[in-house]
Amino acid sequence: MHAFEYQRPASLTEAVAALGANEEAKALAGGMTLLATMKQRLASPSDLIDLSGIAELKGIRREGDAVVIGAMTTHAEVHASSEVADAIPGLATLAGLIGDAQVRNCGTIGGSVANNDPAADYPAAVLALGATVHTDRRTISADDYFTGLFETALEEGELITKIAFPIPQSAGYAKFANPASRYAIVGVFVARTSDGVRVAVTGAGAGGVFRVPEMETALSGSFTPDAVAGIAVSPGGLNADIHASAEYRAHLVSVMAKRAVAAAG
Amino acid sequence: MSTDGIGARVRRKEDYRFLTGNGHYVDDINRPGQAYAAFVRSPLAHARIRSIDTGAASAAPGVLAVLTGDDAKADGIGGLICGWMITSKDGSPMKAGGHPVLAQDKVRYVGDHVAVVVAETLDQARDAAELVDVDYEELGVVASTATARAAGQPAVHDEISDNTCYEWELGDKAATDVAFSGAAHVTRLDIVNNRLIPNAMEPRAAIGDYDRGSDSFTLYTTSQNPHVHRLVLSAFVGIAPEHKLRVVAPDVGGGFGSKIFIYAEETVCLWASKRVRRPVKWTAERAESFLSDAHGRDHVTKAELAMDANGKFLGLRVHTIANLGAYLSTFASCVPTYLYAPLLSGQYKIPAIYAEVDGVYTNTAPVDAYRGAGRPEATYVVERIVETAAREMGIDPAELRRRNFIGPDEYPYQTPVIMTYDCGDYNASLTKAMELADYGGLAARKAEARARAKLRGVGFSCYIEACGIAPSAAVGSLGAGVGLWESGSIRFNPTGNVIVNTGSHSHGQGHETTFAQLISSHLGVPTDQVEVVHGDTDKTPFGMGTYGSRSLAVGGSALVKAAEKIVAKGRKIAAHLMEASEADIEFKDGKFTVAGTDKEKSIQEVAFAAYVPHNFPPDLEPGLEENAFYDPLNFTFPAGTQICEVEVDPDTGVVEIVNFVAVDDFGVVINPMIVEGQVHGGIVQGVGQALCEAAVYDEGTGQLLTGSYMDYRMPRADDVPSFKVDMTVTPNPSNPLGVKGCGEAGAIAAPAAVMNAVIDAIGADLQMPATAERVWQALQAGTKMAAE
Amino acid sequence: MPITVKMTVNGKAVSRDVEPRTLLVHYLREHLGLTGTHVGCDTSQCGACVVHVDGKSVKSCSMLAAQAEGAAVTTIEGLAAADGTLHPMQEAFREHHGLQCGFCTPGMVMSAVDLLQVNASPSEREVREWLEGNLCRCTGYHNIVKAVLDAADKMRATPQAAE
Repeated sequence: MHAFEYQRPASLTEAVAALGANEEAKALAGGMTLLATMKQRLASPSDLIDLSGIAELKGIRREGDAVVIGAMTTHAEVHASSEVADAIPGLATLAGLIGDAQVRNCGTIGGSVANNDPAADYPAAVLALGATVHTDRRTISADDYFTGLFETALEEGELITKIAFPIPQSAGYAKFANPASRYAIVGVFVARTSDGVRVAVTGAGAGGVFRVPEMETALSGSFTPDAVAGIAVSPGGLNADIHASAEYRAHLVSVMAKRAVAAAG
Repeated sequence: MSTDGIGARVRRKEDYRFLTGNGHYVDDINRPGQAYAAFVRSPLAHARIRSIDTGAASAAPGVLAVLTGDDAKADGIGGLICGWMITSKDGSPMKAGGHPVLAQDKVRYVGDHVAVVVAETLDQARDAAELVDVDYEELGVVASTATARAAGQPAVHDEISDNTCYEWELGDKAATDVAFSGAAHVTRLDIVNNRLIPNAMEPRAAIGDYDRGSDSFTLYTTSQNPHVHRLVLSAFVGIAPEHKLRVVAPDVGGGFGSKIFIYAEETVCLWASKRVRRPVKWTAERAESFLSDAHGRDHVTKAELAMDANGKFLGLRVHTIANLGAYLSTFASCVPTYLYAPLLSGQYKIPAIYAEVDGVYTNTAPVDAYRGAGRPEATYVVERIVETAAREMGIDPAELRRRNFIGPDEYPYQTPVIMTYDCGDYNASLTKAMELADYGGLAARKAEARARAKLRGVGFSCYIEACGIAPSAAVGSLGAGVGLWESGSIRFNPTGNVIVNTGSHSHGQGHETTFAQLISSHLGVPTDQVEVVHGDTDKTPFGMGTYGSRSLAVGGSALVKAAEKIVAKGRKIAAHLMEASEADIEFKDGKFTVAGTDKEKSIQEVAFAAYVPHNFPPDLEPGLEENAFYDPLNFTFPAGTQICEVEVDPDTGVVEIVNFVAVDDFGVVINPMIVEGQVHGGIVQGVGQALCEAAVYDEGTGQLLTGSYMDYRMPRADDVPSFKVDMTVTPNPSNPLGVKGCGEAGAIAAPAAVMNAVIDAIGADLQMPATAERVWQALQAGTKMAAE
Repeated sequence: MPITVKMTVNGKAVSRDVEPRTLLVHYLREHLGLTGTHVGCDTSQCGACVVHVDGKSVKSCSMLAAQAEGAAVTTIEGLAAADGTLHPMQEAFREHHGLQCGFCTPGMVMSAVDLLQVNASPSEREVREWLEGNLCRCTGYHNIVKAVLDAADKMRATPQAAE
């Protein structure tokens, strides 16, 4: 790791100011990706602004028709939350499938969504549930938020404060994990709402998380595993690496979609 | 009679320190004034070094030295060696390319050690290492085992043609050709034995510590064989004379072969410590381990088995290309030759065998012994082709094996490939394993799985290995540069407790417990009164270390010999103390008695007298301490059967192991608890090879694509079930303990058992690792074929 | 610029001036001399470095020492009783031969102890899934799983032993 300066502000305002003061500064959430990258000397921020001291970024609340999760809430907290389990059990399931127990004790939802790793789990839930990303300066709808590989609508120095997940009628997540890294080779989140069904796929897309309109239409007609069994996504535009070819990923999207629907019940 | 001796499930003496965080691994050691080393490694698989600019690095904060291959050359530091000479079939000696401790002229694999930075702190060393500017001229890359010898490939070593180290053969080609010409059926199989990275959980580490006052060196290192390190570093690399070099291998966190070898980094730490007059420490980051630990396996093989109409084996023909990597590591040359082909007879009577092995260089990390070393590769060939033959012939795989087993009354059995098996009962372990696996219920389980849209399969692996490495005369005649005896000493202290020194090294095997049990049984001293010391060339007599499942068979036998000397000496002392004739003294259960009387002296009383010899006669030497060397009479031949049952999810190709049985014949077992643990661990390494692990190099660039745990799939707790492990016993007639060795069996047998099961389930042939995608693709191909 | 990092480790208040880039594991090993916590990888996969921070298991190689400022940290050295009596989890590992080379053991034990805090009666499957963040190359996991299940039984029978 290269040398850096460390700050741990107590408020969001201070954190935003610190990030704004130096364009080489980076925000540190759970650190599960950033510290690993820095250890490999692939990132060298001048300053790390540790967000863990900011109370307003933590916690899980039910607010009307939504579950609102603070950006610094850990995966383990989401997984264990009775609010989440009651309202969106598929989201609790997803949080429990991220990394391993120790990663879940440190990694945060805000860090994961800000990083937008194409194989991360949360983007699938955020997009399928049509969540709203709240930042220190605005709100961004899920459909506008994810803009590419590790790319989001966030501006330089903009911090996620919380994410609001509308409560669906039902939702489910199925993941085919990379057996080495435990990231998603394919993860499919299916959400059934009064406005219809949304299906979002992580892990597979060369451009990051994406929706599958054909599956959404089919499931809006009949919310059953069989409804998606025959729908194949094209391998074109999917990732291929030593762990899975695009063809295999395309196949897994259908299999995981079926399983996600079954899990949603 | 001791209750904690041979055969008892004694809880381990070493556990308390490991469980409380009080182990002492190399990285836990810090020497006063210690500086830190960081290596500059090649980012390219093959390149000529035009120049190395160390200026900026040398000027960086805290830097004490920046050293390159030229500095090593100037200081007379020699290259690393390979200790086993292989002779090609044309009679020419193998071609060993130079292996400098820091690259000279060329780099030959990604991770090759180019320069070292020594600095006050580790961060400073790493910061400065980034500033070393190496100007490379990129060269073409050869990274594929199968095509390394093809025309037009770049030469890894300029002076070695066709990237060929040797073209070796074993067996009778003419007799094998005759066998095939008379065959009723020939089974043919193409096999890739996938390249693995050993991944002991403790990364390699070293501290070189030069003492100016005595002009001597101490090396703390992660070694399975500290004396061999000292010998090589002294006699061949020329770091220091042997008597001025101490090598300490303290607690070592797993080896699996990868810590046998003498590596560049530890050599450089020693040399650099003299240059900077400070202790120099290096600990591998895991990324460095992936790149620079010696890898294992990596064979491409064509095998053919000839049978008569009843499935009787007539002959076996094998051609293997073995990837040796960019340089010959310490024992690299013998692994795919003498540790491989002599096992191709398996548990079977095969009248004629002919094997050819081409050892090739590639722009990849060196390949050397990894748990099993050659024997897993041989077992995989034999057990995959036997099971394939059974399928082709329509004979039950167990039945085909039984028709060809060497019978229990046929020992000693001379195979056509060097080995003389001395004992065994292969059908006994097969039968027991089939009972434990409920082989009779398989058809019903397959049907039940099909009803759930799952595919079930079962696979056998009846392995044999040659362990207890090895009779010095035998290995010497085959090209080994060393003898493979072992030594040990036993010292009674005046108060009656015992210090045992052994040349074997324990890095997880539990020698501190097992060897104490052995002493308990032989000398009647409770295990808690026995301290076993190993891993320090200044403390223990000479030793050859731990690999090839040799510690008990060879190191343990040396202790038995030393114990016999202790009893002989004790008898003299007891005769004097009890005023009897030495011939009348008997020893049993820790007591010397005068035959036909009730006179007795405990061994502790005798030990006390030995050190307080107030009335000893002049010809009775004080003290009770003996050492012994033991050179084995033969290899040992552990053997047994593993049966694996899998269930495949055809939707995803995921393979789940639903049952796994191992029945082994290790001869006499000292501590069944420890032996079972060795089997469990070996099985998972074998399962890892079959289902998970593969070291993958990009064929165009030679970049390692599986350079971290993010990409190299280690088997984890949720990848495997609990196992059913049992034993059969045929005592080994060739050593005084009747033992055979147990450390490698699991890893040797498991790959074939798992793959045979997967292939049975899906009905298609497949190479390792049987990843979900490969299985799914094989099923897709099968579906397509069925549709056409 | 060095910063002062204070925390409580195994019940003892400690303070050290360290570079901000100091990882928690290096703070423990290099600055406090607590070498029971090991480093087995650089991608937070192997779990040899698992310690408890404010009661939860974390990988100390993936956390800055500064992030543990003010926290209560427990390492393998702090698990046994002051008189040396092993924690039931340590005892179960010894009884069932759940360790061989010992290198992964501290992290494995600390992770397993956390599992029983979260789930006092895990099934074999749950134990295996929880331990996916801890690699062991020696034991094949068989005896580790046995040890954790046995420790769970014993700790349920005598809950005070869990302290």
